[in-house]
Amino acid sequence: MAFRAAVITFPGSNCDRDMAVAIEKVSGVPALRVWHGDAELPHRLDFIALPGGFSYGDYLRSGAMAARSPIMRAVVQAAESGVPVLGVCNGFQVLTEAGLLPGALMRNAGQNFICRTVPLTVESNQSLFTSAYEAGEVIRIPVAHHDGNFFADEATLDRIEGEGRVAFRYAEPCNGSRRDIAGILNASGNVLGMMPHPERAIEDALGGHDGCRLFESVVGSLVAA
Amino acid sequence: MKVRVLVRLKPGVLDPQGRAVHHALEGLGFGGVKDVRIGRVIEMDVADDTSDEALDNMCRKLLANMVIEDYVVEKPGQGEPA
Repeated sequence: MAFRAAVITFPGSNCDRDMAVAIEKVSGVPALRVWHGDAELPHRLDFIALPGGFSYGDYLRSGAMAARSPIMRAVVQAAESGVPVLGVCNGFQVLTEAGLLPGALMRNAGQNFICRTVPLTVESNQSLFTSAYEAGEVIRIPVAHHDGNFFADEATLDRIEGEGRVAFRYAEPCNGSRRDIAGILNASGNVLGMMPHPERAIEDALGGHDGCRLFESVVGSLVAA
Repeated sequence: MKVRVLVRLKPGVLDPQGRAVHHALEGLGFGGVKDVRIGRVIEMDVADDTSDEALDNMCRKLLANMVIEDYVVEKPGQGEPA
């Protein structure tokens, strides 16, 4: 059956098209595009992606307004029913604000917007998003954010580490994130939030293709299921 | 009823913005500044019969991010928050 993916666009999203291109490149099927004001998602989705950008101009807090938009109620429901959900950059911020992932993304410790390709350690390949990587492998993926400084209290950090829910870690300090966390999973493993942009690393002409295997993992997990 | 909500980073949460402003104050020659922390003031005009519980819910559900922030609701006739 054809892979059915949806990319959500909020006012101010700017990586939604890149995300759709990456999904189509890997799955061979164009992604459905969904607007923030829609109340319902397309039926029978295999994958939902929340893209990067500056939804609602980062009003109040990054991701705060988007997390309360009509479509997010449907995304939360879909996530709770097990549909794989990926949030990249602003999408990660939206997932924490919506309560689908723990912690918060604060202003970068150095105050600067960081836009460069960084080395990431794949902490675990035991997830539907990372199965095509080797555990411990270092990959190169671009970051582009001002608010990527992952914060959670020590008890929460210990819990998500203990449960193997750190998917990616910065291989060298990047933005002040607690324990260099770059991407985390929810307790069920079907929601991944990450600051780096895998959709910007899908072919060598763009500077690298290490992001491809994330999408291959998702597509592969559904074929295997 | 005019209500003021102060949203501030929890104690212990690093405030890089406050730290940068602290350094800038020192750069301008202002001595004796021990710490600077930056928050947000939200002014709302709400119905007079709005309950404290409703105001708390507004803060918890949207105005503050309870992972990193605390809030204080200031109502008319009340003094400055601590």
